[in-house]
Amino acid sequence: MQSLENIKAEAVVAIEAASDIAALEELRVSYLGKKGALTGLLKNLGQLSAEERPKAGAEINAVKQQLNEQLSARKASLQGAALAAQLAEQAIDVTLPGRRAETGSLHPITRTIQRMETFFSSMGFEVVEGPEIEDDYHNFEALNIPAHHPARAMHDTFYVDDTHVLRTHTSGVQVRTMEAQQPPIRVICPGRVYRCDSDLTHSPMFHQVEGLLIDETSNFGHLKGLLEDFLQAFFERDDLSVRLRPSYFPFTEPSAEVDIQCVKCSGAGCRVCSHTGWIEVLGCGMVNPKVLEMSGIDPDIYRGFAFGMGVERLSMLRYGIGDLRLNFDNDLRFLAQFM
Amino acid sequence: MIISEQWLRTWVSPQVTTDALSHKLTMIGLEVDSIAGAADAFSGVVVAQIIAAEQHPNADKLQVCTVNAGDETVQIVCGAPNARAGLVAPLAKVGAVLPGNLKIKKAKLRGVESQGMLCAGAELTISEDNDGLMELPADAPIGADIREYLSLDDRVIELGLTPNRADCLSIRGVARDVAVAFDEDLNEPAIPPVESTIADTFPVAIEATAKCPRYLGRVIKNVDLSRTTPDYMRERLERAGLRSIDAAVDVTNYVLLELGQPLHAFDLDRLAGGIVVRECEPGEVLTLLDSTEQTLQPGTLVIADQTKPLALAGIMGGADSGVSETTTNLFLESAFFTPELMAGRARSYGLHTDASHRYERGIDFQLQRDAMERATQLFIDAVGGEAGPVTEVVSDADLPVNEAVLLRETQIKKLLGISVDRVEVERILEGLGFWVVGHEQGWLCTAPSWRFDMGLEVDLIEELARIIGFDAIPAQPIKASLIPVGVPETRRALRMAKNDLVARGYFEAVTFSFVAPEVQAHFDPELSPIPLKNPISADLAVMRTSLIPSLLKAIAHNASRQQSRVRLFETGLKFIPGKGDAEQIPMLALAVSGLRDTEGWSTEKAAADFFDVKGTVEGLLANLGDRLTFEASVFPGLHDGQSAAISVDGKPVGRIGAVHPSVRKAMGIPANTVVAEVLQSVVTDVAMPAYDDISKYPETRRDLALVADKDIASAEVLSTIRTAAGPLLTKLDLFDVYEGTGLAEGRKSLAIGLTFQDQSRTLDESEVSSAIHQVLDSLREKLGIELRS
Repeated sequence: MQSLENIKAEAVVAIEAASDIAALEELRVSYLGKKGALTGLLKNLGQLSAEERPKAGAEINAVKQQLNEQLSARKASLQGAALAAQLAEQAIDVTLPGRRAETGSLHPITRTIQRMETFFSSMGFEVVEGPEIEDDYHNFEALNIPAHHPARAMHDTFYVDDTHVLRTHTSGVQVRTMEAQQPPIRVICPGRVYRCDSDLTHSPMFHQVEGLLIDETSNFGHLKGLLEDFLQAFFERDDLSVRLRPSYFPFTEPSAEVDIQCVKCSGAGCRVCSHTGWIEVLGCGMVNPKVLEMSGIDPDIYRGFAFGMGVERLSMLRYGIGDLRLNFDNDLRFLAQFM
Repeated sequence: MIISEQWLRTWVSPQVTTDALSHKLTMIGLEVDSIAGAADAFSGVVVAQIIAAEQHPNADKLQVCTVNAGDETVQIVCGAPNARAGLVAPLAKVGAVLPGNLKIKKAKLRGVESQGMLCAGAELTISEDNDGLMELPADAPIGADIREYLSLDDRVIELGLTPNRADCLSIRGVARDVAVAFDEDLNEPAIPPVESTIADTFPVAIEATAKCPRYLGRVIKNVDLSRTTPDYMRERLERAGLRSIDAAVDVTNYVLLELGQPLHAFDLDRLAGGIVVRECEPGEVLTLLDSTEQTLQPGTLVIADQTKPLALAGIMGGADSGVSETTTNLFLESAFFTPELMAGRARSYGLHTDASHRYERGIDFQLQRDAMERATQLFIDAVGGEAGPVTEVVSDADLPVNEAVLLRETQIKKLLGISVDRVEVERILEGLGFWVVGHEQGWLCTAPSWRFDMGLEVDLIEELARIIGFDAIPAQPIKASLIPVGVPETRRALRMAKNDLVARGYFEAVTFSFVAPEVQAHFDPELSPIPLKNPISADLAVMRTSLIPSLLKAIAHNASRQQSRVRLFETGLKFIPGKGDAEQIPMLALAVSGLRDTEGWSTEKAAADFFDVKGTVEGLLANLGDRLTFEASVFPGLHDGQSAAISVDGKPVGRIGAVHPSVRKAMGIPANTVVAEVLQSVVTDVAMPAYDDISKYPETRRDLALVADKDIASAEVLSTIRTAAGPLLTKLDLFDVYEGTGLAEGRKSLAIGLTFQDQSRTLDESEVSSAIHQVLDSLREKLGIELRS
């Protein structure tokens, strides 16, 4: 039979050398199991004298405890190494692209209309919409443009039948609003409009946002203030110069065109502004009393102003889009730039 | 309207630069579209006369000219065919710099010295003429600088006038505005009546007095039309963009530009009996000055004589009665036609003339006599002749009446936000020609005869505002009472749905609302779409009855540009013809083509299909829950076996399907293209959430493997289960569908999970089992479905 010392020395070396959990378990069984070497020594204690027995028993138990501890430590160490190996095994290339749901984008026209809606909503304007095939009355007559008025020639109208047109502006929606409600009125009317004209700078369909404010106190200075604020907010430029100059629309009086300082050259003159330093972006004016009257609003009590702007023009200036037709080609290489 | 600055400055000349003048014009509402020099920059060119022209000794086509340049006589070698002794022409002397920075030096041409260059009009950018030397009048001052002599430092200003400013379609009108704007005097030329030297008259009768309230005529005899138009007149006409034709036409055009009155000169000897201003008779035909033959439309006003129509009143004269080289006796017309009755008439003949442009917008109804006297004088000065007395026929009752309009001082402030000094108000309005009388509240103002748009107080205030300048009106923040805006929770903003689609990988498209009828017919053959009367082109000729055709065009556009994955959506109206007005219905449409996922290391390279688009629709309309249903259906243009009607609460709201192979081929669309279209209202009308208690008790799940005929729709299986299982069923998941090995031909296997739960207690085994039995019985009886063994 081996001596305790031999068993211990042998076991210490074997445990240290064990390379995996299974080998360690085998060692535990062979030393500490029911038929293990130390267990065998303990069984043989009975052969010793009563005096020798406690001391020998204590020595064996000390070794047993020591080996147990060593086994646990070795096991923890082997488990740690195994986990580390497993993690190393599971390492990934974190720079690979993520598994994503691809996002699309809103059309720049929508994006621009939404920015306009956000601005005017914050000023208490409500967004209203209306029909695109419009009757002659709402597109022209109610806006003080009777048949054969020279202003009709400015409109390049698409005709549907003798009494219907594709709306040439969204002003008809303003008329419908005035017919339906008494002041105060604050609305903007975004939407598609149509003109029978197609070339590099004209599309037969484009978008407008028109606005209308009717109350008892507003004047031309308020119109000017609102549009200056809008244009500066739209282009995010507090120092953007805005000028109003007299123009003519049958439905407003006084009427004005609104120019902004060229956003490309800051007024120095470039191709975008035809070397004038100014870009026309809006038409506006105080609502003609005849228009109020026709829609059932008393011009002796109320007055107000209206404005209208081309969405494509403002969008193209804002994003630096040079070709109007890109808006309607729906080319992904264009659309994807507005994520 | 194009005007010469120098001509304008003979009427009014504020001491400002051209740029400042131009800025002011724009800021008072006469927008300057462009300014150009009368000629490009050049120097060292003088008026010179060829004294002698001899054949060049060494060149057939050259002449050696001795030229008087005023201070010296020089020798010039010249190749122009019209170089001849006596000709007065521009000479670029040695040291001159011509347009294009061409420097003139002493040179030898074929061995003969040339001390400068005689010039053609084009070489000096004065005219287009490059055929020979520019011929100057024989009395031009030899040696004078040509820029001064031809006033080439003049600028040509082009105004883009609004339709209400017909009064500014003349030098007189523009000058009047400029004078008021700069507070300068207006130098109107005096127009004394021309004394008649003969007694000849030609009778005038107006039948249509409403359309022609005033007509003046005058006979001018023995004119010499071989005489050329005076230089100043030709120059001013050319600068205004009008070609000089002959003295008769030039004089009428000159007065048109100067005063704004269209005039017409007839050849008196071709007129029979007398002038009648009348509406045309049915079937009358007239050959116009532009040589076109027009069959006159009912209601057209004509100038006729006793036998035939002579001219389209206010639009264009006739070829037969017009002035020609042989004309010696003129009949000159100066008339007022009512603008409202002229409107649209020229266009109905496909015409647009300087006269019709002005008559439609309205000319000064008191101007006719002045214009007649002015033109008579210019005629006599230019081409001689003797004038008879003026015949004037007028119907006072038909002339426009400008009523006095009350301008209240308080209203100026109310409308503009600023007060205007009383003296300034009067200065501006009187300067613009108004008759202004003081009134206790302000002024009574009567518009001048050249303004047709001054019937309201605001019209007067607008005049004040534009002359004061919009810059002088300070901007103010708007003030308004806040209006509460309640937003119903059952309405989802369309922009939310758009954002949802963007998050699902869709790009928003914007396509035209009009499409090609034949493309549309693929999808809605039963509808006859609303056609436009004047479409831009055949492929944009009808209003769309669906958003699908134009979205597919966008798919084709991208597919032909190597895009491997395209997902598009659009919102907008479709236009459905009806008995009365067209229905204009807001729609939302989707189109998907190409790969399901962008190509990547972690994705399968599989094509998107029906279920990708259906999944989008279901996701977008998740709020509807079981109210949303899909039922196999056949739609034109869609794949017969892969399309469905979309319904909400059993009512149709849209369609979905793969595009039919033959349509795909016709439109150039790739395989596996799927479209869907639903009413926008189902996207924006959403249910109000209603809370249900969360059960505290456990759920029990049973999975069933069923075998069914292949043709049985899974939706039918699920709804049968739902009905049979009773109220304890809380969830139903179809988690596998299988056909093939292990199953009989024409059969499929469905794996379905049923989850049961109660609000108030834990379900016991027997309740669940009994529900499952009911389900299986019902499936067997109604659909012949069995458990898979």
